[in-house]
Parts: sequence; C-alpha cells; structure tokens
Amino acid sequence: MSEAQHDNVSANLTDEEMLKYNVLLTKLDDFVNWARASSVWPMTFGLACCAIEMMAAGAAKYDIDRWGSGPFRATPRQADLMIVAGTVTHKMAPRVRRLYDQMPEPKYVIAMGACVCRGGPYHLYGYHVVKGVDLVVPVDVYIPGCPPRPEALLEGVFRVQEKIRNERLNDRMRVDSRTAINPRVKHLWPEPPKVMPQSEEPGMMDWLKGILFGPGGDAHGHGHDDHGHGDHAESNEHQAAAH
Amino acid sequence: MAVSEIHGDVRTEEFLLNMGPQHPSTHGVLRVVIRTDGEIVLEATSHVGYLHRCFEKCAENVTYKQVVPYTDRMDYLAAMHNNVAFSLGAERLLEWEEFIPRRTKIIRTLLCELQRIASHLMSLGTYGLDLGAITFFLHCFRERERILDLFEEICGQRLNYSYVIPGGFAYPWPDSINDKIRDFCVFFEERIDEYNQLLSTNGIFIERTRDIGVVPAELAINYGCTGPMLRGSGLRRDLRFDQPYLIYDELIEQKVFKMIVAGDQSYGFDWNVGVLGDCWSRYMIRALELEESRKVVLHCLDLLEKEPVDSHDLIKQARRAYKAKKGQESYVRVENPRGELGYYIVSDGKANPYRVRARGPSFNNLSILSDISEGSMVADLCAIIGSIDIVLGEVDR
Amino acid sequence: MSFEALTDSLKGAHGDAVLEAVTEFGDPFVVVDPARILDVMSYLKDSPETNLDCLSLVSGVDYPSDGIMEVVYHLDSIRRNTPYTVKVKVDRDNCRMPSITSIFKTAKWHEREVYDLSGVHFEGHPNLTRILCADDWVGHPLRKDYAWPEQYHGIPCGPFAMEDKNIPPEWEIEGFTTKNTG
Repeated sequence: MSEAQHDNVSANLTDEEMLKYNVLLTKLDDFVNWARASSVWPMTFGLACCAIEMMAAGAAKYDIDRWGSGPFRATPRQADLMIVAGTVTHKMAPRVRRLYDQMPEPKYVIAMGACVCRGGPYHLYGYHVVKGVDLVVPVDVYIPGCPPRPEALLEGVFRVQEKIRNERLNDRMRVDSRTAINPRVKHLWPEPPKVMPQSEEPGMMDWLKGILFGPGGDAHGHGHDDHGHGDHAESNEHQAAAH
Repeated sequence: MAVSEIHGDVRTEEFLLNMGPQHPSTHGVLRVVIRTDGEIVLEATSHVGYLHRCFEKCAENVTYKQVVPYTDRMDYLAAMHNNVAFSLGAERLLEWEEFIPRRTKIIRTLLCELQRIASHLMSLGTYGLDLGAITFFLHCFRERERILDLFEEICGQRLNYSYVIPGGFAYPWPDSINDKIRDFCVFFEERIDEYNQLLSTNGIFIERTRDIGVVPAELAINYGCTGPMLRGSGLRRDLRFDQPYLIYDELIEQKVFKMIVAGDQSYGFDWNVGVLGDCWSRYMIRALELEESRKVVLHCLDLLEKEPVDSHDLIKQARRAYKAKKGQESYVRVENPRGELGYYIVSDGKANPYRVRARGPSFNNLSILSDISEGSMVADLCAIIGSIDIVLGEVDR
Repeated sequence: MSFEALTDSLKGAHGDAVLEAVTEFGDPFVVVDPARILDVMSYLKDSPETNLDCLSLVSGVDYPSDGIMEVVYHLDSIRRNTPYTVKVKVDRDNCRMPSITSIFKTAKWHEREVYDLSGVHFEGHPNLTRILCADDWVGHPLRKDYAWPEQYHGIPCGPFAMEDKNIPPEWEIEGFTTKNTG
C-alpha cells in the first residue's frame, strides 16, 4: 500500500475504526514468545565438519540473519541456543556440559549432524566418541545428515522457534517441563521435583499481577502452575547444588 | 606466583590464560594454555585431542572402499585430497596403479585443484575474520559456495564427497559440468584481484601479520612442517613438483603452473614486506596459489575434453576384488592445501586393512606453535594460529 | 639416491645395527636394532651422503600373533626427495625403546601419539603423556586386544544395540565380518 492510499484510508475512518489499525491485542505469552522466537541467538559451538556448514548458514548465501539468529555469540552467557555442530568426544563432553550450564535459562539445544545425534559413522568403532550429545545435555531438536545442509540447520532453527512460540511462560519455568533427558544417563541429572517448591518472595508473575489486578488482587488464586521468578531461581540453585 | 620484571619499575604478575577449546579463533577445538606476562606470551602449550574420532580404529574394521568416507571427515575442508590420497595408497597396495585410466587421473587432478581453491578461500576468509575483517570472509564464502555447488552437482554432497574411491569414482563424471567449471574459472579470475585489493594490500592487515610468528627454515624442517608453512620460509618444497603423482609431471613439463615460494623473485612479486617466514608470507602463498590452481583447472578441462571416455574401465575397476597380498604395505603422500598428507596402509591379506595410519599436515604444522609464539603479544597469537591454517579434524583424527 | 644406496651407506656406518633390508612387500624398508635407533637416526639425518632431514611419520603397528610391536619411521629429504623407511621391532609386552626427540622435533608429538594409541614407552621423551585420548583414559586403543570401557565418567560408551538385528544376507561381504567391539 503506497503512502497516498494509506492517507486516503485513514482519512475516511472513524476514531473507533482507526483503533483497529493501531492497537493490537494479544496474549502476554504470545507477545513475549514472538520477541524471543525472533531473536534466538546461538552460541558459536563449532566442533567439526558441521561447523563449516553452520558458518555457511551464517554467510552470504544462506544468511541466517534473516530469521534473527545471526549474532553468533562467543560466550554462553549471552546465548539462547547451543548448536552442537560436530562430533562430541569424551574429552570434550565435560566442556559441553559446562558451557550448557553457563547458559542462562531458557535455553535450547540443537544436535546438528549424525555424530551429535547418535555417534554417526563412529558409532560402532569410535571408542572416544560420545554416542549422542543427549548423553551429556538435553536436546530439543535433532538434525540428521553428515553434514546437514545449511537449509537443514535453518529448518532446525525454525523448529526451535516453533517450540518457543508454543510455550507458556509459566511452563518454561518448571523444571519438569524441560526437554526429556536420555534415560541412559538419568543418574547424571537430579530428579526433578514433582511439585515446585513455593517461594515467599514476590516473583516476576506477582509483579505482573500487581500491575494487572492491583495490589493483592489475585483473580484466580495462587494456583498450582502459577510460579514466580523467585521459584525459578531457587530451582536453579537446587540443580546447581545437585551437580 | 612468580613476579617477573619487564623493564624499569614496571612489574606484572604472570598469568595463566586458557584459550579454547571453545574459542572462535582457534578454528575448532584447539586448546592453548598460555602463560603470559602482561600482554606478552611467555609460553603457549597446545593441547589437542578434543576431536579424536578414532579414524585409525574405524579404518581397521571396514573394507578399503568403506574407509573413504572416514577420510572425508578427517580434513573436511579438503575432502577430495583425502579421498585421492587414500585411493592412491590403496591402489598402490592392491597393485592397481597400471589399471587406472588417464581420464581418471585428469579428473582427479582437476578435483584436487578445485578443492585447493575452496580450501584456500576458507582459510583466507577465516584468517580475515580472526583479524577483524568480516567483509572479506563474506566475499570468500560467496565464491566458495559456487565451488561447493559444482561439487554438489558432481557427487551430491557439499562437504564430505566420498567421490574418489580406490579404482575410480563413486559415480560417473557428468560431462555437462565442464562448461560450468569453465564459467567459474573465468568468473573467479576477477575475484582474485578483488581479494588482493580488499585484504592483501590492506595496511592494517599487513601491519598485523608482517614480522609476526617467524618460522626459521631449519626449525620448520625439524618439526616436519610442510605446505605453505615450509614454502613461506623460503624452501622449495611441493610434492606436486618434487614427487609428482597423478598427471602433475605432465603439467610441470608443459609449465602450466609454478611453485609459489616466499622470497622467490623470479615469480615477479615483491616479497619485501616483512621478514621471510612470517604470517604475511604464509598468507600470501595461499593467496597466490589461488591463481595457479585456477590455471591447472582450466588446463585439465582442456585435456579432459580431448580424452575419450572408456566406459569399460569403470566397470572393470568395480569388479576387481579388494584384496591385497599379506604383509603388503604402502605409504603415499599428496600435497594437500595444508601440506603433505600421507596414508600408511598395511594389509594382512583380508578384505579390510590391517592398519591405516594417517599423516596429517596440520598435526605437524601445529606442533611448532609453542616455539614460534614465544615472546609475541597475546593478540598476535590469533594471527599465528590462523596463519598455520589448521583443521582440527586432521590434527586429532 | 635410491633405497639400495641409502641402505649401503647406513650399513657402512652402522652395519651391526641394520638387521635386514626388505624390498618384497611394496615399499622397501630396513629393520634396525631398537637399542641403536639413536645412532641410526642421527647418521641418516646428519651424514652428507644420506641427508634425510625430515621425519614424516612415526607409527606403531601391533602384531599380537608374533608378540611384537613395530614402530615405523618414515623419513624424507626436503632437498633431495629420497623417501626412506626404518622399522624397529620391540617386544609387545615390554614396549620400551629410546626416544628420538633429541634428533627430530617432529617426534615430540608423534611419539606421544604412538604411546597413547599403541602403548610404546619412549625412554627419554621430555613429556610422554597422552595426546589424543583424555588424560585418564584406560588402555591403548590401537592394540588389537583393546577392550572397550563400559563407561567413562558416568557416560556409557556404547555402541548401543540396534533395534533390528536382522541384517539382510546381501549386505554381508565375503572375508569380512562386522565385529561388535562393545
């Protein structure tokens, strides 16, 4: 629509109709998820051949920047997404886990390539290769291929975005809603609590409710799945201690 | 902690800095433990093995033909060279050398040189990236993608081709590709000038690379360095010239291309920018080899179009049994973009090799790092590691 | 210089160290006494006749049936282009031999790798530690009798059994059996 046409339309509209064009009503979940999904910042975690395809995805022809995942961060503390690109060995596995732990929640992991999914060509005879990175960190999206094409990596990023869009803020803060852990290494992870520990401190959700419903105006009661930010921090501590 | 004195009253404490294994400018999972005094590197120890993928163990357990995909994943930036090197080794072991048709050799040479361009583009692009020149990286990748498209049309893969197998090729050569390769070579000629304008003659780049990481010739030989590391120090050594394989002896006779050696005034290039054997020399060797490889590709295309297709050859290769004599062994080396790539294969008469040992050029080139980085600045360490041009898949295998 | 000329030159200087010269199995090689490897290597490198100044590769090859471990040195001359191969046979159960790091610096990493993967102890090496495998890895993987670890630091090593074990017969190749080393 050109500018002249636009002016024409707006001139003929009543105030009420104008509101339709200028006010957007949405759920808070959707709004926050829209913002998060449009700027999934990956961490540069290139290990082997797949890293070259990851670089190709970031370079001129495939240009991952078009979907907001361009800023490859060198530090885990600024990243939302860990693209494990390349074979993970037993010597590297503790580093993968440490970098994963250093990432702030909410965090997502893409297992890129056959080696990362289940050892790939090294499954049978590779004594030093970890047979799947899900033995070390929980994985959200698996991308097959040896190496996967850059398009496949883009598709993987879309899947992560889709996952983010369908999340509810409260769900993401629950420990037991995290990605399933490989049952072979359950002993390496703490048992998730069935019910989240209640916190006395006001959290983010309490602050939001205060704005929306006024002080003390808790419309629906303090339900089972309404947990604040304070709970979340505590559960993180609980996890860290267990590690 | 020891307190050292640099000069005058300025005292700094020694500091242990851990670079890697997850670091953007170590080109993979290299870990360098640096002992620094302020900004000066006192000692840099490299720790490798974070990508040890058991190539040799895998190769012992599969047939000769099945080893080829593992060789791709060793040096994933020059997979064709790895395929060719292993295939030449296996062919010598199986005593097939006389059965390889000339057309096969021409195509292999062409693929090797095309791969050398792609690998050098990657190396130069990421070297620029290490030193802060992001635009150059994007330019290099643009041309590299075109080469990868050509490879994809030939064998259906972008990175790990597995195209060259002992005895021939995995798939027949598509003749329609010849014109596309020729188009690329014409297009690429102008691009080389662009690279030189963009980075090679850039004042900041020259200042950051000259006189840094100097490798003396004798030290380079003693450490087994090869490829641009050795030629950057002024030594005339290139296996394509010194121990020709495929059809390189013919190309040398016809003077199709020249060996690039730092300080070689006969090449018509002014090498007097820094001292011999510095990072800039190594960079420039790669930048100049782009043009030489382009010439070889064009020449091979001419040869290929004259060479008749003998379709029976391929079938004959495919039906030959993959069995070597007991105790037979071969050690074959080729000139990879990074240096001498060798495969030592031992047979015990079975269908799978008894022992395969790979000589990765990066493994040897990297071992010199602790010697040449001593006394340099911390920021220069990125320049030095980048100029060695390592591929960790090949260092750790 | 040909292989024969190099071998004659070596025999002239250290005749007692050279055990045999083999030419029948593809690439020719000489077998030398492990105790004399330092003499042999320093002669081959420094003598103006041979001038093999570059050590290309050190590898360990395990022969459990003969009870020996072969250590193979591939040498080359940068200026003369004369590849040469020297082999050493040591007892497999007591793999000890002198290190040649004082002559070739290439050997620093190559000997560490042979120690790591094949378990040959090079005496006199300045830093003989594992280079490729993790520091606390158990065993030497390229020995033919290497046993896989069950797990490493709580992570199971696999390989995990496939769901479908019915491999079609046409996939099987004559003279070659897939060993499940796990």
